[in-house]
Amino acid sequence: MSDHVVTPSAVVPSGATADGRGLATHKPRRAVWPYLFVLPAVVAIGFGFIFPLISVVRNSFYSGTFYKLTFVGFDNYKFMFQDDVFLTSLKNNLKLLLTVPIMTVVALLVAVVLNDGIRGWKAYRSSIFLPYILPAVGIGLAFSVFLQYNGGLNAILRAVGLNSLAVDWLGSPTWAIWSVGAVVVWQQLGFGVVVFLAALLSLPPEVTEAARIDGVSWSQLQTRIHIPQIRTAIEFFVVTEAITVLSWVFTYVYVLTLGGPGNASSVMEFYIWKNGFAQGSVGLANSAAVIVLLLASVLIFAYLRLRSRPETQARGL
Amino acid sequence: MKTSALASIPRHFLLGVLTVIALAPLIFMVLTSVKSPDEYSVNPAGLPKAITFENYTHALVDLPTLRWAMNSLIVTIVAVVISTVVGAMAAYAISFGSFRGRTTLLSGSIAAIMVPPVVLVVPMFVTMVNLKLINTLGSVIIFYSCLLVPFCIFFLYNFFRTVPAELVEAAVVDGAGPIRTLFSVVVPLAKPALVTVAVVNAIWAWNELLIALVFLQDEKSRTLMAGMTLLQGRYVTNQPLVLAVATLSILPVALFYLLSQRAFVRGLTAGIGK
Repeated sequence: MSDHVVTPSAVVPSGATADGRGLATHKPRRAVWPYLFVLPAVVAIGFGFIFPLISVVRNSFYSGTFYKLTFVGFDNYKFMFQDDVFLTSLKNNLKLLLTVPIMTVVALLVAVVLNDGIRGWKAYRSSIFLPYILPAVGIGLAFSVFLQYNGGLNAILRAVGLNSLAVDWLGSPTWAIWSVGAVVVWQQLGFGVVVFLAALLSLPPEVTEAARIDGVSWSQLQTRIHIPQIRTAIEFFVVTEAITVLSWVFTYVYVLTLGGPGNASSVMEFYIWKNGFAQGSVGLANSAAVIVLLLASVLIFAYLRLRSRPETQARGL
Repeated sequence: MKTSALASIPRHFLLGVLTVIALAPLIFMVLTSVKSPDEYSVNPAGLPKAITFENYTHALVDLPTLRWAMNSLIVTIVAVVISTVVGAMAAYAISFGSFRGRTTLLSGSIAAIMVPPVVLVVPMFVTMVNLKLINTLGSVIIFYSCLLVPFCIFFLYNFFRTVPAELVEAAVVDGAGPIRTLFSVVVPLAKPALVTVAVVNAIWAWNELLIALVFLQDEKSRTLMAGMTLLQGRYVTNQPLVLAVATLSILPVALFYLLSQRAFVRGLTAGIGK
């Protein structure tokens, strides 16, 4: 990466060699412009990320309101891990993790089929990808009506005689979180398809040709040759989706169930929002945020390692 | 093996089923939005017997839908412009400059892309209260801009480093300063990347709920997403009206998507590798 650095600065005397490394012999004064160019970004990251991250960790040891905080040590954490609502929320996030292998397998299946150059693959890809970019609030509203006890889905189920399947998808404590998970899968699946298909399309065609000549069956071609080659894309998708279901599902829960019935479908983000902004237990909101941060950090670390792999870097765009 | 059995099944069937699943809730939404509440209560899933646009008139005339949409548009445009300019300058310095902390800034940006906003929102709320920005679009614009900068840096850096260094050097030799080099040499070459980053970030900003909900509590100042959630509780028995507003919120994104699909696919699969 570092050999990419050049120093095309205005402060470089015009006689300086074009090669950044060669500058050492000219001993130019150190360029100031890069610092000025990154300054706004550094301010944005400091203000929007670093400062709130430090505050949230520090404030998780305090209790009280937004304006009057008292130090309580680990009390927020102690209370939280005995709080059924928090434990339910944590469990629900872990349940949602189960959507990740489902999405990965289905998306892979769709991607390899599309990669076969099936007629109309672009149209299929467009419609399967469409849900991913739509606002979660809008589709959440659509699903909140569609999944009502007397909503569209149950009307269809009853019409085809599957009355016993027509449960109260969003109002039942057993089903609510799984309904949220189903909407997450509905919206995120297309992302997996597009990621996997992009990786498959970039594979060298020679290998596939050679395998075909050797008489490899379709399933062997996929499982032994294609899928192993797109491992990085699969890992990227798994890590991204794991972060998503652990820490980016607030919108679905808020619009679909509002954490209900009771707190049956609450997730950690919802717990943070509820304690921080609806019930005024800021200390708990902060300590729960630290837990989300810790869980996310593990995945972010995995994500960073993926991003910094040489083959990832080489591909650039 | 399972897969070989599958290969013999018409693949169009699999894709057809998934396409129907992907589109069915959207079709349900649009169909419901043109039914009267009375018709919906007896016919929730079928085709409408009489199409009515009353829900849309109601949504646009009596509800603050347009005001919310305008707020969303302002927030989206301003946050995308600010973050793209800030991100492009940083990405340019990372690509063509040398400074201390260069790799830290780059890997820090990549990590920041994945930091869940929910972790940041409580302290940011306090900051916005202290800055007296709660219930103003400024609070959301500032925070969105900050949150979008890391992705801009990461994505644009990946593009800028493919720009031949000779082009940049030639401009420098001709006496162009870094600002002129960036805007008259690199930016024109990077147009597709800039469009992609702007499109992806605009969709994110338009769709965001949590921050808008927390910062914009006053009904009039809400964005469309935060405003729409108010209707749910208020019009529990008028599903067609709620879904008319939902359709209105989805429509611009869906149209935008159809017009700029390539940019989406490029932006969302950036730097994944094989």
